[in-house]
Amino acid sequence: MGNKLITLENISKSYGSNTVLDELNLYINENEFLTLLGPSGCGKTTTLRIIGGFETPDTGKVIFDGKDITSLAPNKRQVNTVFQKYALFTHMTIAENIAFGLKIKKKSKAYIDDKIKYALKLVNLEDFANRMPDSLSGGQQQRIAIARAIVNEPKVLLLDEPLGALDLKLRQDMQYELIRLKNELGITFIYVTHDQEEALTMSDTIVVMNQGYIQQIGTPENIYNEPENAFVADFIGDSNIISGTMIHDELVEILNVKWACVDKGFGINKPVDVVIRPEDVELVKEDEGTIKGIVTNIIFKGVHYEMEVMANGFEWLVHSTSLFPVGTKVGIKVDPFNIQIMNKPESEDEEAIGVEE
Amino acid sequence: MKNKYIKFLSAPYIIWALIFIIVPLLMVFYYGFTDKSGAFTISNITAIATHEHSKALWLALYLSLISTAICILLAYPLAMILSHIGENAGANKDKYMVFIFILPMWMNFLLRTIAWQTLLENDGVINSFLNLLHLPALRIINTPAAIVFGMVYNFLPFMVLPLVNALNKIDINVINAARDLGANSVQTFLRIILPLSLPGLISGITMVFIPSLTTFIVSDLLGGSKILLIGNVIEQEFTQYSNWNLGSGLSIVLMIFIIVSIVLSTIFDKDMEGTAI
Repeated sequence: MGNKLITLENISKSYGSNTVLDELNLYINENEFLTLLGPSGCGKTTTLRIIGGFETPDTGKVIFDGKDITSLAPNKRQVNTVFQKYALFTHMTIAENIAFGLKIKKKSKAYIDDKIKYALKLVNLEDFANRMPDSLSGGQQQRIAIARAIVNEPKVLLLDEPLGALDLKLRQDMQYELIRLKNELGITFIYVTHDQEEALTMSDTIVVMNQGYIQQIGTPENIYNEPENAFVADFIGDSNIISGTMIHDELVEILNVKWACVDKGFGINKPVDVVIRPEDVELVKEDEGTIKGIVTNIIFKGVHYEMEVMANGFEWLVHSTSLFPVGTKVGIKVDPFNIQIMNKPESEDEEAIGVEE
Repeated sequence: MKNKYIKFLSAPYIIWALIFIIVPLLMVFYYGFTDKSGAFTISNITAIATHEHSKALWLALYLSLISTAICILLAYPLAMILSHIGENAGANKDKYMVFIFILPMWMNFLLRTIAWQTLLENDGVINSFLNLLHLPALRIINTPAAIVFGMVYNFLPFMVLPLVNALNKIDINVINAARDLGANSVQTFLRIILPLSLPGLISGITMVFIPSLTTFIVSDLLGGSKILLIGNVIEQEFTQYSNWNLGSGLSIVLMIFIIVSIVLSTIFDKDMEGTAI
């Protein structure tokens, strides 16, 4: 990866009384696949639009390759955007769409023709040059939108929920396609999505956002395994989030039972949030578990069973490949390594709204 | 089952159209192709070739074209501001703006034109005001310029509204995409906004050009009786000279021009977008 390519410094943006971004700081490395992930209204699209030049921040700076580009017009930036719902020029053929940026830059006809061929090959739509955008499927249109952007050889490609309008199967195919493209082009991708699975699959770095604040920045593994707060834990994958007390290092009390864990440095008798992933909950014989519970619900999910287990007044979500019928009395065990301790939010601003208790 | 009866709901309109559109149209054709004695003739049609009539027709065409051109120049920037392309237009704000803009349209057309006559007259309101300030008076009433002014004033909304509609149909991200790909504002307008709003522009042109071409009220009130457009000639044949045959014949000629311009506009605007206001 390497050098910082884009730096966002203290970016704030509000629309009227609605603050969308509040003192946001973020840097993006060269050749990184960075995903801005969060629920709608978290400020991720606004962040992208500020990088693209379609919005000007109220305060703060956008530094690109060492230069301040905060108020530079979008047509003067070395970034290209793939828009939500493709935004193809419906009055032009596919070839004309792809050539648009190059014609503006007055490239030679031979160069443009070469580029069109190259781009169409890259997105596997070689025979589509003379078709009109309306005659293409959503997935094809999306790939043309990508082709149209990358022929301009941007240093950064901005993607605003590009797969949002596609169906599940196509979305998964396109994820692989995007990773392949990213590796072939060797440029920076900044990707906006609310789909945590997309983010986990494709990214080098995930930035989890909520209410205009960055909640956590990290690798997909990092974000999934060690969420820093209840919002991140809840937003990324399924999880059991339980209020607890950190008795001392490596011992936490939840649901009136003490559990061994591996986290340190939270202090003594400190209230914390504890997150345990459903696949980390082990169901064992009633007497062998740390606490006892009873299976209340089962859904077959294909790869695993999703079970709800009532134990000490908390409904545990459990993923397991072995079936425990409804009504079975079970014990619950969790490996200390899989118990993730998080600080409770300190201020109301940090309060992660949208977390289901 | 249901559809069988629903057809009857259109009966009142069909009767209306029959009495007030089809029958009068047939009468115009009857009078247009007969002389006073009722014998068939095409002299009422060929009468357009006389100097007096063709002059009125060309002047009407000329002034309508100028008015249409001025309307386009005035309406495009305005429509851009009123539509969602206008950068700061909030969702509610632009509805108000359009509302304010079409407010004068609710006033009677004749009334508005008479008001302008009063304003523009040689000893009218504007000149009295200029006189007070010791400025030279405006000699605009009873000139072709006043007619063009009246046409533009009255028909401008018919250019703005289809344009606003057409511009509102353009996805804002399509415009952003053009900017993103390096186009400056002029290039974005010429290559993206203009071609995508062409249907609205064509509707606007039709809706300004045709009423301008056929008007006689604007030319009557603001042009005095000296400047005759084809509309005035036809009106006079009916009202002053009671020559319904010649009036009908000239109407048919005018109708041909209207039909040609509608056909031209449908060729450009295949799905008739933007016609609805």
